[in-house]
Amino acid sequence: MSHEEPVDPPAIPSATKASLQDMPAVLDPTAVALLPLTGAAGAVDSSAGTIRRENLRQLVRTPAFLIGAVILLWWIVCALFGQFIAPYNPVAGNLLAFNQPPSGAHWFGTDALGRDVLSRVIVGARDILIVAPLATLLGTALGTTIGLVQGYFRGRVDTFSGRLVEAVLALPVVIVAFLFVAALGPSAPTLIIVIGLVFGLLISRTVRTAVLQERDLDYIAAARLRDESNAHIMFVEILPNVTGPILVEFTVRLGYAIFTVATLSFLGFGIQPPTPDWGADIANSYQYLGAGYWWEVLFAALAIASLVVAINLIADSIEAVLIR
Amino acid sequence: MTQYVLKRLGLALLTLVLLSLIIFFAGSVLPGNQGRAILGAFASERAVEALNHALGVDRPLITQYWSWVTGILHGDLGTSSQFHAPVSSFLFPALWRSLKLAAVAFVIVVPLSVLAGVLAALYRGRAVDRSISVTGLSLTSVPEFVSGVVLIVIFAIGLKWFPITANPPPGTSPLGQLHYLILPAIPLVFVLFGYIARMARAGTIEALDSDYVRTAVLKGLPRSTVIRRHVLRNSLLPTITVIATQTGYLIGGLVVIETLFNYPGLGRLIVTAANNKDFAMLEAGVLVIGIVYLGATLIADILYTVLNPRIRFEQAE
Repeated sequence: MSHEEPVDPPAIPSATKASLQDMPAVLDPTAVALLPLTGAAGAVDSSAGTIRRENLRQLVRTPAFLIGAVILLWWIVCALFGQFIAPYNPVAGNLLAFNQPPSGAHWFGTDALGRDVLSRVIVGARDILIVAPLATLLGTALGTTIGLVQGYFRGRVDTFSGRLVEAVLALPVVIVAFLFVAALGPSAPTLIIVIGLVFGLLISRTVRTAVLQERDLDYIAAARLRDESNAHIMFVEILPNVTGPILVEFTVRLGYAIFTVATLSFLGFGIQPPTPDWGADIANSYQYLGAGYWWEVLFAALAIASLVVAINLIADSIEAVLIR
Repeated sequence: MTQYVLKRLGLALLTLVLLSLIIFFAGSVLPGNQGRAILGAFASERAVEALNHALGVDRPLITQYWSWVTGILHGDLGTSSQFHAPVSSFLFPALWRSLKLAAVAFVIVVPLSVLAGVLAALYRGRAVDRSISVTGLSLTSVPEFVSGVVLIVIFAIGLKWFPITANPPPGTSPLGQLHYLILPAIPLVFVLFGYIARMARAGTIEALDSDYVRTAVLKGLPRSTVIRRHVLRNSLLPTITVIATQTGYLIGGLVVIETLFNYPGLGRLIVTAANNKDFAMLEAGVLVIGIVYLGATLIADILYTVLNPRIRFEQAE
């Protein structure tokens, strides 16, 4: 009981599958192969369109979801078109105007090298919005596969991998990621792989629990009688029925991936300078806080806070809609 | 009962062994040539070999792991390559300072979040509940260094209520030390608050919906008595476990907070070790975090069995 996700606070109560039980067990196999990799709620749309469309309509009526979606959209626009929106070049310093407080020319002030803080905050959305979603996607794909195998085969495979997962999870996620990134040397691919692996282990537990609830149902017995292969049963029969918890896991983990990437960047083992990045910029400027240069860290901090809160609002709304 | 405790202890030891293998793999295998990593690309091959020999990393991996583990069992955590001194002489004072900071955070967060969770459950679905849930969710998801920075800007620079670092000058009284530790503790409180409050809320709602509470209400007991005697006793049981297991998480959050507030605890020790490629220190520090977490989980599990007669009897059968 106490082993359930003790290491990271944004916990997800295991999602129920009540609303998903009416879904047909067999779907187009090609669509199924893509399922764990699709992020948006609409993309999971299947032949059971009515339930999904209803969920979506319910979601759009949730204020928390709308607020989160608007904030997230703003940062995605910044990530895509940041260079065109930013008023200055985010990496070019002006040594005649360093450590300037906010003014008409520089709304958020300038940093110790005279770079415009507003421009760095806008362009700083890019790398974290590439690394965190990719890491979460990798983790979801991996966690789904591990969880399906564990839950479907059980027995020794399950026991052994369960022990391994427990050992890794005896450390806070940030510490595990920090240890491995420090050992391998920080780079974007390393971050994606390390965070993806750790999240895969976390997600596998939820998927495993969901699979355990499915594996003794009649449609699985029917598939066995039809002499379907194990892979077919796992990925074509069971997987479509556990997409709800997987989708919830994906959104919750995405928020936590941003938490982790930002934290690693702050510790100097995430996104590397001179690329504008919120966490790394705070790390570079916080020692000047004593001198009162608050604008160099405050706006980047607010940017991170708004992004994680937005994603958590979205995750919470999706969870509420899918469980109800 | 004894059998259960022994079984849990055995499982925890097994997990610890696996954990030590994972940490050894990350700290001793992944970095590749450690001497080269420390000395840089321009050092001569002879110097690198000499350093590798001095560090003991030119031995077979099995030998290295074995001597690492047996060393730990004898209280020898290895030698720090950055300070050329035993790791333990830095590790234990740092751990002690971290525990002090963690204790301050705990003393603030536990009553606050349990109270908020119970309140949210009693006013389920109303504005109080929703605002507690949304606040908790938002605070939980924000990284500690982010809320830490905002708190420093407001309370240390703007209002000047608290010092900007967590490190008091030597000779500060315990009460003065506390003054230095409050601001760094608050970001940790933020992250834990939502989680514990959520568990307390869920536990309380479950108890409120139970048959025995309905019976108590129907037989005419005053609401306050029902809540105190019937609801809270049962609802806070899972919360106790959660609080205990959060210790491990708390130590993780310290890595960031100690760096931000310049506090010489275990977390900053690990970050410094990673920056200086001091892998012996890094491995030992992470292992200690794992041991603290496993110990806390073990205590939580046993506590839960002691407090919950249902599980106790099941085990006895």
